[in-house]
Amino acid sequence: MSNVRVLVGTRKGAFILNSDGKRKDWTVSGPFFAGWEIYHMKGSPVDPDRIYVSQTSGWFGQLIQRSDDGGRSWHQPGLPNEAIPAPGPPKALPNKFVYDASPETGKPLTTHQWYDGTQHPWEFKRVWHIEPSLNDANTVYAGVEDAALFRSTDGGENWIELSGLRGHGTGPQWQPGAGGMGLHTIILDPTDPQRIYIAISAAGAFRTNDGGATWKPINKGLRSQFIPDPNAEVGHCVHHVAMHRSRPDVLFMQKHWDVMRTDDAGENWREVSGNLPTDFGFAIDVHAHEPETIYVVPIKSDSEHFPLGGKLRVYRSRTGGNEWEPLAKGLPEKDCYVNVLRDAMAVDTLDDCGVYFGTTGGQVYASADAGDSWAPIVRDLPAVLSVEVQTLN
Amino acid sequence: MESGLSGAANRNAATVRVGLPYHLRNLAHVEGDVLLEVGAAVTLRAVLDALETRYPMLRGTIREYETGKRRAFLRFFVCAEDWSLESPDKPLPEAVATGKEPLLILGAIAGG
Repeated sequence: MSNVRVLVGTRKGAFILNSDGKRKDWTVSGPFFAGWEIYHMKGSPVDPDRIYVSQTSGWFGQLIQRSDDGGRSWHQPGLPNEAIPAPGPPKALPNKFVYDASPETGKPLTTHQWYDGTQHPWEFKRVWHIEPSLNDANTVYAGVEDAALFRSTDGGENWIELSGLRGHGTGPQWQPGAGGMGLHTIILDPTDPQRIYIAISAAGAFRTNDGGATWKPINKGLRSQFIPDPNAEVGHCVHHVAMHRSRPDVLFMQKHWDVMRTDDAGENWREVSGNLPTDFGFAIDVHAHEPETIYVVPIKSDSEHFPLGGKLRVYRSRTGGNEWEPLAKGLPEKDCYVNVLRDAMAVDTLDDCGVYFGTTGGQVYASADAGDSWAPIVRDLPAVLSVEVQTLN
Repeated sequence: MESGLSGAANRNAATVRVGLPYHLRNLAHVEGDVLLEVGAAVTLRAVLDALETRYPMLRGTIREYETGKRRAFLRFFVCAEDWSLESPDKPLPEAVATGKEPLLILGAIAGG
């Protein structure tokens, strides 16, 4: 029987939740890296015991942690915990994220737009999202704030910026969202290793067809009132994007406001908010086996980041958008004023697709029946920043 | 866990004590103060270089990678004085160079 491992990043550490395929009884491990912000943790599809973690702190900066045994032990890649280092320069610098401004492979460091419209220097702050390669356990991508994409091909020991994105030329028009100017979404095309989608708040979505050397903004059809030209090429506050691996040309987006869809790899987007009670939100995901079934968690507004009326609801569309149904069974009916952040929803790949999400109130909810009913796995973790799920055979 | 003199014995080296904040002790897998052998010139830079050489998992957590500067929310205290803004190449007091007093690395008092 398959097992499920849920990787939860929180404001104060990481947790791992384990269950068998019934997904009724759970064990909770952690906190790992207690006291640190864990923006994201994700396992390799190639080697599920290989888990990468973004560990960050306002005091101590950015660290990368790795497990090679499914989360039982951790180390910074290339840096054994106890060993005395060999003499000479270190070969592994797993925490070094330096923008590539070199003449050979880099792009000059520019400025980006600040909240008040002035230009602001590009400064590294943290890794928001880690995306392991689909076919090599040692290759992994990192989306960072201020927005850029890095890649490691040695298991996280060293990172190199794919500078073509930051150097796309529109950087001075990018601006931070409320949480910073983070590259938060990385989607690898399972049919074409050269094609990658990314999204930045608030710049928009971009696509590369050449493995990251060059990038194209793919924001046609997005409309955002908070920028001078609502239909601008860049500047949109994309909150998250999701794809079903069987249809890499079809993407679903939760924008700041609006739920959007593209059927042509981002060339054109159309709104599919339909009958949602509010189309503001952060998280969005796709059913593991039904590529037209998608999930969002509507949030009241950009001024009030909590569910409408204090009732926590996931909304599901079985028609690829426009027609939505509330999923409430097992979720709080009143007095619930949490948020569900952009990377805090995930699905498993069991026959009865499981859906999971975490809240800023520290709850992690699971549904073992594609959203029809929900139950909390845990209720009192620190604020949840990210949720990823591994289906283990 | 360990806490002890690191590196090969060096008759010309000073043994310097460094007090790390809780999270950095955890990262380095040490308890208590760290003892480091530092070359003849005992400066902030020399001590931090020795610290990062022995405990490479601390690289980037005290000094920023790009600039080598002290991270903004960290402070250096020496003999009850704030050395955070001192030149990294200024010799540390004799009491630190002889290991009688530690170099304290502290997180700024803020957080939640």
